[in-house]
Amino acid sequence: MKVGVITFPGTLDDRDALRAASVAGTTAISLWHDDADLKGVDAVILPGGFSYGDYLRCGAISRFAPVMKKVIDAANGGMPLLGICNGFQVLCEAHLLPGALTRNKDLHFLCRDQKLVIENNSTAWTSDYTQGQEIVIPLKNGEGSFQCDDQTLAKLEGEGRIVARYVGENPNGSRNLIAGITNERGNIVGLMPHPEHAIETLTGPSTDGLGFFTSVLKAMVK
Amino acid sequence: MAIIVVEVMLKPEILDPQGVAVGAALPRLGFTFAKSVRQGKRFEIEIEGTPTAAQMADIEKAAATLLANPVIETYVVTVQA
Amino acid sequence: MALDTVAIATANPDTTQPFAELGLKGDEYARIKEILGRRPTSSELAMYSVMWSEHCSYKSSKVHLKQFGDKAVKSDALLVGIGENAGVVDVGQGYAVTFKVESHNHPSFIEPYQGAATGVGGIVRDILTMGARPIAVMDPLRFGPADAADTRRVLPGVIAGVGGYGNCLGLPNIGGEVVFDETYLGNPLVNALCVGVMKHSDIKLAKAAGAGNLVVLYGAKTGGDGIGGVSVLASETFVATGPAKRPAVQVGDPFVEKVLIECSLEIFAEDLVVGIQDLGGAGLSCATSELASGGSGGMKVELDRVPLRDATLSPEEILMSESQERMCAIVEPSKIDRFLEICKKWDVTVTVIGEVTDGDRLEITWHGELIVDVPPRTVAHEGPVYSRPFAEPAYIARVNAEVINPVIPQTAQEIKDAILMMAATPNLADKSWVTNQYDRYVQGNTVQSQPDDSGMVRIDEKSHLGVAVATDANANWSYLNPYEGAKLALAEAARNIATAGAIPLAVTNCLNFGSPEDLGVMWQFAETVRGLADGCLEMGLPVTGGNVSFYNQTGDVAILPTPVIGVLGVIDDVRTRTPMSFDRAGLELYLIGASDENLSGSEWAYLQGLRGGQAPTADLQREMRLIELLVKGRTDQIFTAAHDLSQGGLTATLTEMVLRHNIGAAITLENTGMNLLVETPGRVLVAIEPAKAAALKAAAGDIPLTYLGTTGGDALIVNDVEIPLSQLRTAHTSTFQKLFG
Repeated sequence: MKVGVITFPGTLDDRDALRAASVAGTTAISLWHDDADLKGVDAVILPGGFSYGDYLRCGAISRFAPVMKKVIDAANGGMPLLGICNGFQVLCEAHLLPGALTRNKDLHFLCRDQKLVIENNSTAWTSDYTQGQEIVIPLKNGEGSFQCDDQTLAKLEGEGRIVARYVGENPNGSRNLIAGITNERGNIVGLMPHPEHAIETLTGPSTDGLGFFTSVLKAMVK
Repeated sequence: MAIIVVEVMLKPEILDPQGVAVGAALPRLGFTFAKSVRQGKRFEIEIEGTPTAAQMADIEKAAATLLANPVIETYVVTVQA
Repeated sequence: MALDTVAIATANPDTTQPFAELGLKGDEYARIKEILGRRPTSSELAMYSVMWSEHCSYKSSKVHLKQFGDKAVKSDALLVGIGENAGVVDVGQGYAVTFKVESHNHPSFIEPYQGAATGVGGIVRDILTMGARPIAVMDPLRFGPADAADTRRVLPGVIAGVGGYGNCLGLPNIGGEVVFDETYLGNPLVNALCVGVMKHSDIKLAKAAGAGNLVVLYGAKTGGDGIGGVSVLASETFVATGPAKRPAVQVGDPFVEKVLIECSLEIFAEDLVVGIQDLGGAGLSCATSELASGGSGGMKVELDRVPLRDATLSPEEILMSESQERMCAIVEPSKIDRFLEICKKWDVTVTVIGEVTDGDRLEITWHGELIVDVPPRTVAHEGPVYSRPFAEPAYIARVNAEVINPVIPQTAQEIKDAILMMAATPNLADKSWVTNQYDRYVQGNTVQSQPDDSGMVRIDEKSHLGVAVATDANANWSYLNPYEGAKLALAEAARNIATAGAIPLAVTNCLNFGSPEDLGVMWQFAETVRGLADGCLEMGLPVTGGNVSFYNQTGDVAILPTPVIGVLGVIDDVRTRTPMSFDRAGLELYLIGASDENLSGSEWAYLQGLRGGQAPTADLQREMRLIELLVKGRTDQIFTAAHDLSQGGLTATLTEMVLRHNIGAAITLENTGMNLLVETPGRVLVAIEPAKAAALKAAAGDIPLTYLGTTGGDALIVNDVEIPLSQLRTAHTSTFQKLFG
């Protein structure tokens, strides 16, 4: 079971995503933005960071990378695809997910251990969680405020496509405390917080993040 | 030679925290003229000669797919001599 | 302006040159003429002016800093000592760690965000240039009073700049300091530290060896940033009423530096460079002269080949430019194609600008005309060396004779008020408002970060080998007694490494002082360096490198002497580290070390406006025994938690410990007010399982141990004073939000 992690210029959390994928029991493969080649992986992760320095808009340039054509085709064909933080931003810019991520409401970069509630455990990336499970994983970004129009919001809520919501005070101004969403099919998930930083208690607030990486194993077996 | 200007603004319904911060800073400096402030981006694109219809169509496409994110932003294209 | 070439200079010896405006003194200008046997060209003048500035040449500090070498203990662990971009220490298992702290004070006053950002950028490049992957940053920061208008201007910008640059590089911020004092109003101190790791075989040095090897400039294009920054900005005091010195502040792009890091590491991994230097202060002037000096001695550079952002720059400006994110490498001709390929992969601008020669001159041409022809060592290493006069200032005798009499809380209410006041006072209050703007998770190896005593990073994911870094300074003590103050800061930083159970290994330092032209300031500096050198010798810790920042003063008023000491330590297994605080009830609390009643230089005295008295006398033998005990406390698993006492004394330590995991404590204390507030050095508060009491006593030997009480409950109880944790937390965590929103 191979999970590909894409590195764009400026990507930062690729090594952490590779580590998490390995710890979860999958074979982690590094993919390069400029190579239109998925190297036969079964799932892809777009990791966190500041690809292209967040020039223009976060993820706006990365979405046009040569590798993204293959990613989009594969994802439209059902391949599991997870976008974490900057990866979520790329997914929205590429219109694989609706909405957009904008500047944090109070204008500061915020790094904190964030409590989330998993509201949809039927996606490729969340099946190892129970419905309504509360987890704590790090949130760290400056542009994490999820925005979309009322129509989109109604659709997401109505169709149960909110994957994770912030618990407690809204850390960044996201509509309806949305921390992560999925597409209609449930194979593409965008998540602002960083599960790859919560896989061992030595370096993170918990091991709650591992579930994202182990879930996809089950999805690939199917 | 012409300069094509593309101005990008967040849609009115999208929260603009930077605009809010600027609006809050003005009175602190003694400026009381502003009811509200919104912050956007301005792109200046230099082209040879005057723009053809085909070029303008391309610029529209570039604005809609790259320079602006239509999910949260609107844009206006103007030609300066 | 016509090009000023070597030929023209030779033919026109009497041309007036603006050496004074460039920061050179008359005798320095005369010496340049003596070295060259003619007047310098304007390009040569530019090079000498930046390289002989205080910031680059260390002309006022060299005679004192050589003590670090003279008094250095022989240490096998030291792989690269002072003189290179950063020191390198062996930490075992084939790993080498490089670390250094540097200042970017003056630019941060002028443009807080960019000053701080480029400060981070610069120190990270210094680490990269040694051949290491940067793995963490720290930021010791000092500002004017917390409620001053200018602090509200400077602090948020500095924090945003440190975070904005460091986060974008993917470097976890593992610790730092935020200190407020009137002395820094108008002269904030922004010191930045970086740690990097590599295998022994990866170490790179700044030398241009091998005639015929190519000089390659890569990274960002060169623009007009910061021209004259080091000569103009860091080597002059601010004039109190004068206009701000603009625009010598550099602007950084962390994305370009991130790409530069990844590109460079791939280049290093394939062993493609013979020598490498980053372009920091004094830009190309520094890189070319240092590389040439470090190697066989000769280099030829075609300056017109330097890729420019601004085509209007003159050769002088190109040589002085401090555009960020640039590196200069020496590459064998057989390896250049691969070098260029890797740069192309990462979209990094790269240009061959010259070659190493077998002569002993640095020759630079501009479109074929020779505009620089100098012996490189005279530029980079043989700058002026001043033995500036120094004399103990009058204030020393006066303040040391003062007997300060701060009001000490007596009643239960007074004690309660004091504890809450200290929890909330800006120097001791919770700093989450600051540290939440920094990424501490990236790279997935951060084991300790703020508010722990030291930052700790795992460097081997299999063996769990790790390193710990701490920085400390105590300007109050350095003011009273610079010699002891330096030793005390060294001891504190080493102690902060040891509380987690790591073993101190090496030292870096950032010495922030006023003007070296002031006899009293120079005395403070001389005493500080003497104290630090003596202290390092006694503690067996080599100084691997550091930075001097002079001219931190406005008009006649210098800042309090502020030597920031950084200590690096190693821990064989980060999983066994002693945490800073306890997470359960029923543990016993012991204060290790003796306390006295000297409040001189303490936060409590400062809050009452009392700055006089006598600094403690450092007892480094006692400190070393304490460090041994702290390490043993980990290896023998005696300690459940350990946290050192420093500014704010016991009340600060207790507050931080109970609030960390929200577990209270009940202690009894004699001479309560004094014992809560005194800052006697050499003390640590530990929590142990009751069953370990005997082991603790045995390990402590004759180090004084005072049983204080137990952990548990939801309040901090001191004798008959009870403070609910919720109230303590509100006091501790509201301050920064209120001040800086």
